[in-house]
Amino acid sequence: MKMSPKVYTIGMLLSMVLGIIIAACAAPAPTPVASEEAAAPAAQEQAKSTLDIVKERGKIICVGNANLPGFGFLDEEGNFSGFDVDYCKAMAAAIFGDASKFEIRPATAKERFTVLQSGEADVLIRNTTWTMSRDTDLGMNFAPTTFYDGQGIMVRKDSGIKTLQDLNGASICVQTGTTTELNLADQMAAAGIEYEPVVFETADEVTTAYEEGRCDAWTTDKSGLVSRQTVLKDPSAHEIMDVTLSKEPLGPAVRHGDDQWFDLVKWVTFSTFLAEEHGITSENIDSFMDSTDPNIRKLLGLEGEFCAKIGLENDCFANVIRQVGNYAEIYNRNLGPDTVFNLPRGLNSLYTDGGLLYSPPIR
Amino acid sequence: MAAPVVRTSSAEVLPPPTERYTLLGWLKKNLFTDWFNTLLTFLALGFLYLIIPPLLRWAFTGAEWAVIPANFNLFMRGQYPAEQALRIWIVLWLTAIVVGFTWGVWSKEISPALVVVAAIPVLLMLVPFFAMETRLKLLGVEILGVVGYVIGRRVPRKHNQIATWLLIITLFASVFILRGFGPEQTDSLWARVPTNLWGGLLLSLLLSIFGIGFSFPIGVLLALGRQSKLPAIRTVSVLYIEFIRGVPLISLLFMGQVMLQLFLPEGFPPIDRVVRALVAIILFSAAYTAENVRGGLQSVPKGQYEAAMSLGLSTYQMMRLIILPQALRAVIPVLVGQFIGLFKDTSLVALVGLFDLLGIARVVLANPDWLGTQQEVYVFIAILYWIFSYAMSYASRRLEISLGVGQR
Repeated sequence: MKMSPKVYTIGMLLSMVLGIIIAACAAPAPTPVASEEAAAPAAQEQAKSTLDIVKERGKIICVGNANLPGFGFLDEEGNFSGFDVDYCKAMAAAIFGDASKFEIRPATAKERFTVLQSGEADVLIRNTTWTMSRDTDLGMNFAPTTFYDGQGIMVRKDSGIKTLQDLNGASICVQTGTTTELNLADQMAAAGIEYEPVVFETADEVTTAYEEGRCDAWTTDKSGLVSRQTVLKDPSAHEIMDVTLSKEPLGPAVRHGDDQWFDLVKWVTFSTFLAEEHGITSENIDSFMDSTDPNIRKLLGLEGEFCAKIGLENDCFANVIRQVGNYAEIYNRNLGPDTVFNLPRGLNSLYTDGGLLYSPPIR
Repeated sequence: MAAPVVRTSSAEVLPPPTERYTLLGWLKKNLFTDWFNTLLTFLALGFLYLIIPPLLRWAFTGAEWAVIPANFNLFMRGQYPAEQALRIWIVLWLTAIVVGFTWGVWSKEISPALVVVAAIPVLLMLVPFFAMETRLKLLGVEILGVVGYVIGRRVPRKHNQIATWLLIITLFASVFILRGFGPEQTDSLWARVPTNLWGGLLLSLLLSIFGIGFSFPIGVLLALGRQSKLPAIRTVSVLYIEFIRGVPLISLLFMGQVMLQLFLPEGFPPIDRVVRALVAIILFSAAYTAENVRGGLQSVPKGQYEAAMSLGLSTYQMMRLIILPQALRAVIPVLVGQFIGLFKDTSLVALVGLFDLLGIARVVLANPDWLGTQQEVYVFIAILYWIFSYAMSYASRRLEISLGVGQR
């Protein structure tokens, strides 16, 4: 069959157009998502507030982590559990009065912000460090920090390493592509210490390598060090150095553009601090219902219309405490003395105990 | 003068002489033919001596295998709710009867492969930590499979299209059974189970089966398109194949999971995440299938085309009856290799937050109760992946033998 040149030209043109369309679809993939970020939530807010969307859907969707011991994982029955998951439950309890109306959208560290920005989820509760660039460039609003972490270093007890200076010339195992790798480089450069980084892809590989003696020390967030120490063959042979390389305040975050939703996430988080401050737990909450303390009465919705200010029913905080618990309960359930982590509260104590947890008053 | 010898009947055909070895003879021929082979044998033995004892010591005394039974349901079905788990069994029973039937239609004599397949449910019943109920359900799989086979044997082979259609119907019916009907989160058996709860081996197998099932026809069409005389179709096919082959699968998956939502119009409901992953897998695999099939098409001599055309067959008839059967037969090993690769590539969805077999393994490792059991868990899922990959390659070898590849 002979093709007339005209038909051939049209065919070529058509396929070029198609090719351009395909290329156009593909092109935005590697570029930073900042440009879309600004547009998407703004348009969404005009249409419907996040709270309306959540109520309509009948459940809240949290971007979560499914691979972090103590913070987010699946138990043997396939239910999500962990410290971050409990905060997602707290949001569900406040909004619906039912802590089971939540869904975790598992996301990797790389995709978590995009998932939130695209409107696929409502809030990001995934051990996310509050940093300035995330707060500004990435279009995040950070609710109060729920867990103050910091990068630490684990060494063998018999190595005699006590200070950063002792690490001169040592090899240090670290996970690649994380802020910990950068923090380590920054801190060591600042202190003028030479060291040899040994990088691995996953935390499991890092610990295995350290245990096999391929490095003198390994570094990650202190909560991670503690949790991993418990499963080393001889936990007592290792210790966590008394140095902190970085500040890692972890907490919930929402996207820019919906201030009411930001307020809601913020105050549900604060309510868990306040409940601990007043000694209200999920067990004893009923005995506070006839309390005369105005602070407690406001928190439990017995006085004033405070939950209405964030668009919820008057018992929203009471539901959080009743169904999920106060901060101490959440902490102890997931990271406290009864768990394998047995993590000391440290900075995560109430301000009255020398920690950093401080909630503004409900007034 | 002696009478000439004239054979009046053909001589008896003797089989080729079979070589018989004693154990020592076998050893000498295979392991100790010359000094170099002897050296290699001893090196290998030494290597095995270094590897095997510590491995066995670990497997029998060091390893904490309790993590596997404790999380077995997670490995098999992820977060699929226990109240609705019976539906997975219904799918298994349905599959058993249809596979048994198909086998019966296709092959009338009892082959070793059939015995092996039939033994699987029985062997699974011997797994020590299974509950009695699970064993009975496995017995159900076995019985239904046998029943299907017995019925299938009574159907003459010329009706094999029935079996093919039944397989396809079962495939789609399975998805509906797994997905369910009605509202979510009720205790009823038929409540809808959203796909974000599907996981474990169930999800891996579904992604693979549908990935293979859909990418194969698309790939064949693309291969034909690439050979087409129409420039528009040819160019589009070439562009598609080269574009998809130019990017890694993981980037397509990330694109589907992360970017797709940003392109959709405002207020558009989010597309199911499993579907997004599946589409990425299909698009990716189709491009590779197309190139493999093209190899097959090019191996068909031009005379076949000309002969078909001179018989007056239409293009469709020519492709369907003459060209594709020969082309596809030539590339079975390549295609199976690619599909085994696809099966293992589905584990990449773990990186975009889906809980396939690898994803669920990573989740189990995050459970504080099972910290530090990564060796046991990864060995377990490696064995599972191996079993399925090996089964696929075994099936392809049987298929090659029955189609006479390499002999004709």
